[in-house]
Amino acid sequence: MLASFLQFVFSGITVGSIYALCGLGFSIIFNASHVINFAQGEFIMIGGMATVSLVALGVPLPVAILLAILATMLVGFALEKFAVEPARKASVTTLIIITIGASIFLRGIAQELWDKNFHKLPPFSGDQPFLIAGASLMPQSLWVIGVTVVVIVGLGWFFNRTLEGKAMLATSFNTLAAQLVGVNTKKVLLMSFGLSAMLGAIGGIVITPITFTNYETGIMLGLKGFSAAVLGGLGNGMGAVVGGLIVGIAEAMAAGYFSSAYKDAVAFIIILFVLFFMPSGLFGKSGTERV
Amino acid sequence: MFRNERMIGLAVLAVIIAILPQFLPNNYYYDVAIQAGFNAIVCVGLNLLIGYAGQISLGHAGFFGLGAYASAILCTRYGWPPILALLAGALVVGVLAFVLARPILKLKGHYLAMATLGIGIIISIVLNTEAQITGGPDGISAGPFSIGGYTIKTEQTWYWVVGGTLLVAIWLANNLVDSPVGRALRAVNGSEVGAEVVGVDTARYKVLVFVVSAVFASVAGSLFAHYLPQITPAKADFFKSIEFVTMVVFGGMASTFGSLVGAVFLSALPQVLTVFEDYEAMILGAIMMGTMIFMPRGLVPTLGSLLVRRRG
Amino acid sequence: MRGKTLLTALAAGAALGVFGLAGPAPAAETIKLGSYLSVTGPASFLGAPEKKVLEHYVEQFNKAGGVAGRKIELIIYDDGGAPDKATSFAKRLIENDKVDLIVGGSTTATTMAAVPLVEAAGVPFLNLAGAVIAVEPAKKWVFKTPHTDRMAAEKVFADMKKRGITRIAMISENAGFGKSGHDQSLLVMANYGIQLVADETYAPRDPDVTAQLTKIKNTAGVQAVFNWSFGQSPAIVAKNYRQLGITLPLYMSHGVSSKEFITLAGAAAEGIRLPAAGIVVADQLPATDIQKNVAMDFKKTYEGKYKEEVSSFGGHAYDALMIALAAIQRANSIDKGKVRDEIEKTKGYVGTGGTVNMSPTDHMGLDLTSFHMVDVKNGNFVLNN
Repeated sequence: MLASFLQFVFSGITVGSIYALCGLGFSIIFNASHVINFAQGEFIMIGGMATVSLVALGVPLPVAILLAILATMLVGFALEKFAVEPARKASVTTLIIITIGASIFLRGIAQELWDKNFHKLPPFSGDQPFLIAGASLMPQSLWVIGVTVVVIVGLGWFFNRTLEGKAMLATSFNTLAAQLVGVNTKKVLLMSFGLSAMLGAIGGIVITPITFTNYETGIMLGLKGFSAAVLGGLGNGMGAVVGGLIVGIAEAMAAGYFSSAYKDAVAFIIILFVLFFMPSGLFGKSGTERV
Repeated sequence: MFRNERMIGLAVLAVIIAILPQFLPNNYYYDVAIQAGFNAIVCVGLNLLIGYAGQISLGHAGFFGLGAYASAILCTRYGWPPILALLAGALVVGVLAFVLARPILKLKGHYLAMATLGIGIIISIVLNTEAQITGGPDGISAGPFSIGGYTIKTEQTWYWVVGGTLLVAIWLANNLVDSPVGRALRAVNGSEVGAEVVGVDTARYKVLVFVVSAVFASVAGSLFAHYLPQITPAKADFFKSIEFVTMVVFGGMASTFGSLVGAVFLSALPQVLTVFEDYEAMILGAIMMGTMIFMPRGLVPTLGSLLVRRRG
Repeated sequence: MRGKTLLTALAAGAALGVFGLAGPAPAAETIKLGSYLSVTGPASFLGAPEKKVLEHYVEQFNKAGGVAGRKIELIIYDDGGAPDKATSFAKRLIENDKVDLIVGGSTTATTMAAVPLVEAAGVPFLNLAGAVIAVEPAKKWVFKTPHTDRMAAEKVFADMKKRGITRIAMISENAGFGKSGHDQSLLVMANYGIQLVADETYAPRDPDVTAQLTKIKNTAGVQAVFNWSFGQSPAIVAKNYRQLGITLPLYMSHGVSSKEFITLAGAAAEGIRLPAAGIVVADQLPATDIQKNVAMDFKKTYEGKYKEEVSSFGGHAYDALMIALAAIQRANSIDKGKVRDEIEKTKGYVGTGGTVNMSPTDHMGLDLTSFHMVDVKNGNFVLNN
């Protein structure tokens, strides 16, 4: 009995870390612009697919990963420069529709540039599961969890210790004030897209050995990542991680103890319930509205 | 002053709907027009919420799907007359929206988007899973729409039914916009706190509009279920919800005719884009991005003010 | 203000009018072959190869002078797996493109979305849907080429019976194919003395199903597990199955009978047993097998042209095209009624799916002998008869 419970926990943590990694990117762009980037899932897809195709060309995995992350960041910069920046004065809703258009556009390119088949990457450290008290955990799950932790620590350092990070943080609190003290908020926005593209790509690469990838991978992961980010409280990196883990573990527990058909519904009911009592998510700022 | 112009717009639209069949060579073109009409009905309702009350909903396909399934289930499994099933569906959706509205509309911006998205997804999961009642992923048929012994059989008849329903929907929406409630709504969109300070019960109006827009979606869903040979849970899912919101914003928020144009344009566009075959998605995405970048207020308001400026 | 509203309404009218203008001109004396397939979307691994097959073979026929003295004009639309789009495209093919027959419908939902239309319009419709409801009861104008999900279930249960398995667990994807396969399995399992003791599902694109499999593992008396899904999910099921160290026999449906599955699942695919059409094991069929030549020929053509492994899904489109063109040849006409009658008279057609013998009551015409049980061994499908 304990073994099954532990197995559900492992499943939940594996899936939850995947959602968390996907959710982090939403938070960063939201911080800089208050825009929900619906093309975030496509960053995840591009990271995974680019790595797969580079590996297929004979590029060694570490180099392929690096190149894929760079390529995804370029896409992120381009998205900001050519689609978001020109419409900077538009309403947030309009900007969201632009990112939806971008996601359709990027999927359209991906299906022609690559193909519609599913692809895989080999697990980074083999596929011999660890057995812990009768439950099993794949090494790749540890990679996902580990990368999530590293990303969190790295983001903490970036936002609190570097000038660029502090500028981004300042912009998220008050754009006008940040501008007044000399922060180039345009550059901050560009950086936020690059950074979240990087996070998306890293996530997409490290989860591909578990979930596989194809040109449509980003849709579902983007949705779950968004849910995780909102549950945790938008703009809070730690919140996105906690949100992702809650959604992942709720799904696994629901599948294990209740009904696998309704496991996704259970996760969304939990999110709704939390929002009813904490309207800004678990760790969100409950800002006052300016009149 | 606003009122008259809206009525003239409505009359012009009625004339267009009446003339349009002259340019529809066959049932396929009717089909595109009909599907655009269904989407337009939903969008006119959704625009009240997004455009006037400033509240986003990523779950309206859930209400659309509930209406469709209420009709399909009540008609095929319980033999109800279609019009009663439609009304029952609208009632159920209305009550559900009313119950959900208070806690949900307390949320702001993206949290509201998340909550409505969650509700839509839960609805589509239930429709997908309860296969004994709903037919599961392969869907269910609602059968033809008949009333008082008369059955709608041809696309031509459906065209008039949808066109008429659309006119009624726009007329209702216009009335709501011009009523005291409507003025309060526009205040809500402007500044909620400000509106409350001058004594507008914003919460009550937001609830009202949420319910109205959900009922619009439900009625459109019910009719749609009778029009299509088969409806599936995909009609209630997240992607359909996103599609509705996109139509509203694309055409122009806070403009009833904008919603109409957005719905028509984005319903017909994929049919036109089939000539590009494999590049369909790429071009659709590029058109969406380009339009919103260069016309951030949406098609109709931007083009409208452009024309007025040129004339003036 | 008044002008603005008027202009707005006019703009709306202009947008409405756009699609009243265009309309393709009819071509004389060609066979107009219409198709709508799920080339993109979750069922793209069905629709994409189907499209390739239709395009290639139509081109070949046209190079060779056409069929019954007529060139073939192929019109393909992508429904993205959405039934309402399928309805629109079927209408477009029938009403606007005025096609002589339709070969299409990659999934059951998209197929059923067109069935009432082709029945009303009287257009021969060869579909590629898996579920049995597409042709049962037989509808006048509707035919199909793939094996039904019920046949796949029967084949699997017969194999289980042979091995003395009586208590099984099922795990299936909560989407069209998985759900229909699951339901058909429940209908026929009792005929083979098999009892279902655990029943789990998962959503499309779930990254992990260990929770569901743990539940199955903990259910007492399970002797085998049967999975229904296609795409990447079966590979995830296979990997999680090995991860949990479950050693019970694992059966899957014909939805995984493509090399892509083995590539994705890797070592975890080893030992999985499934029903598959002859095409999947074409090179292992004995030379005496009636399907051998057709299957090998199709495999070589497809793999040579598109540089990817052949799957049985493209084969469904191949069979449908061949049956349709043969019927036109025999009818020496593109009269819809005559073509329909000839399709129904198809006898002894040997295709990638098996030998087809249609009749007024059987609009598929395949039997269980055309299905083979195969095992995954050393990264290949190996015939097990």
